[in-house]
Amino acid sequence: MANSHSSTADAHGHAGDAHGHGDGEFAHPAPIWMLLAVFFALLVLTFLTVFQARFDLGDLEIVLTLFIATVKAGLVIAFFMHLLWDKPLNAIVILSSLIFVSLFLGFCLMDAKGYRNNLIMDPNGDLLEKSKPASQLVKTSN
Amino acid sequence: MTTEAAVHTDNHDHGHHDHPAWLAHHFDDAQQQFDAGKFGMWMFLVTEVLFFSGMFCAYVLFRNRNPEVFEYCSSFLNTKLGAINTGVLLFSSLTMAWAVRAAQLKQHTLLVGMLGATLGCAAVFLGVKAVEYTHKWELGLLPGKLYVAQVENAVHADHHYLRNVLIVPLIYTVIGLLYYLYSIVISSRLHRQIAGPVFVSGVCFFAGVLLGQYLESGDHGDHAAHASHSTSHGDEAGHDGAASSHSGTDVATANAATPPLTLVSDSSRLLNPDVFVSPVEQEIPRSDVNNQGMAGLFFSIYYCMTGVHAVHIIGGMVVIIWLIVKAARHEFHSQYFGPVDNVGLYWHLVDFIWIYLFPLLYLIT
Repeated sequence: MANSHSSTADAHGHAGDAHGHGDGEFAHPAPIWMLLAVFFALLVLTFLTVFQARFDLGDLEIVLTLFIATVKAGLVIAFFMHLLWDKPLNAIVILSSLIFVSLFLGFCLMDAKGYRNNLIMDPNGDLLEKSKPASQLVKTSN
Repeated sequence: MTTEAAVHTDNHDHGHHDHPAWLAHHFDDAQQQFDAGKFGMWMFLVTEVLFFSGMFCAYVLFRNRNPEVFEYCSSFLNTKLGAINTGVLLFSSLTMAWAVRAAQLKQHTLLVGMLGATLGCAAVFLGVKAVEYTHKWELGLLPGKLYVAQVENAVHADHHYLRNVLIVPLIYTVIGLLYYLYSIVISSRLHRQIAGPVFVSGVCFFAGVLLGQYLESGDHGDHAAHASHSTSHGDEAGHDGAASSHSGTDVATANAATPPLTLVSDSSRLLNPDVFVSPVEQEIPRSDVNNQGMAGLFFSIYYCMTGVHAVHIIGGMVVIIWLIVKAARHEFHSQYFGPVDNVGLYWHLVDFIWIYLFPLLYLIT
């Protein structure tokens, strides 16, 4: 790995100017230490999220879980997907999709009470009641 | 001959190959080609994110409506297997990112190795997944109306789903092995570099299956806790007489030997959604959530999300094999590594989805 150091320097040197001219070098090899650091950070966060699941944190749990997952996702996007060194247009494109996802989920949740009974197969337990047999056998399905 | 010489001097003649083979003639230069490809890939990833968000929406709505179903059903998902698979996917993301670096630096052998490692990790992931799925099928933890209510004091279903699932990977591995032997016979470096990763990934799938089986069999703690919970539930109802309570304590004490949370071993019952059990022998624990409408719906969502994710893994494996072929031909260099970079972006997105799927499905307390 003799050229790892020179390419490390390259990656940093080119990080600022993403728009080189046509025949120039536009590759920015990610330094190995950065890839490994991100990988181990992701592993640590995975252990953390498994560890926190052992405790009953109530409503805080889903918030904490999603927070850790979002930090992990951010690390993957920023470093593994190299978005920090990418064109700003690409960053806008992918981040806008996340905004639309949050709009989608948000609006669906806003009136979720309105179609609450359409969400599951047997909201009133009708099938379950009808299926209670007089015989010795109990139907475990609806 | 004269026309050919004339064409050589004309840089704007698109009918002639005055550009390198790796640069498509409609691009001005390597960077424009790379940027166009990468922008297209990001657009595709946007559609992927929105595609998965539909399933996350179903998840959010149903969990918002019936959180208790998720708590109940999540106890049937093996956290250890999920965590192992998370680690495997994260490692494959590392090797994929490293592969992009190797392609940029023309480290051809390292590139093949890194792509092979990514392929192997994908296979391990699918192997563990195969154990998870087939174990659930045996328990009757099936989607929607196929769901079989979980009852105590029953025995394992007499099915061999796993054996059937292994047929296709076995064929893949044998083909990989034959191709590898062929490449040795003709002593071709190119074919050896393609066949090696393919064969190794086949072996990795079976390694994943063994790993999954080992962890699944060592998971009696979770199941026992669950069973003792249901047993106490049954005891509360306790009108069954000596035989039932005796078997109940049997389950509580002998949980290390046999997984207690199992099913009636009549194959016709598993295939038939209308399952009947005798109330004298069996109390159905948690019947409010332990039915097709509730737990069945959870497993519909579970299979849909993880299944579509697994299909993405398989698709990723196919394109990684294509990359390995190109890498073995030494096609990549600092001006042309777009395919590796773009497949890498796709692969990281698959990892990205799993980062959310794992805690949302497996880690509900």
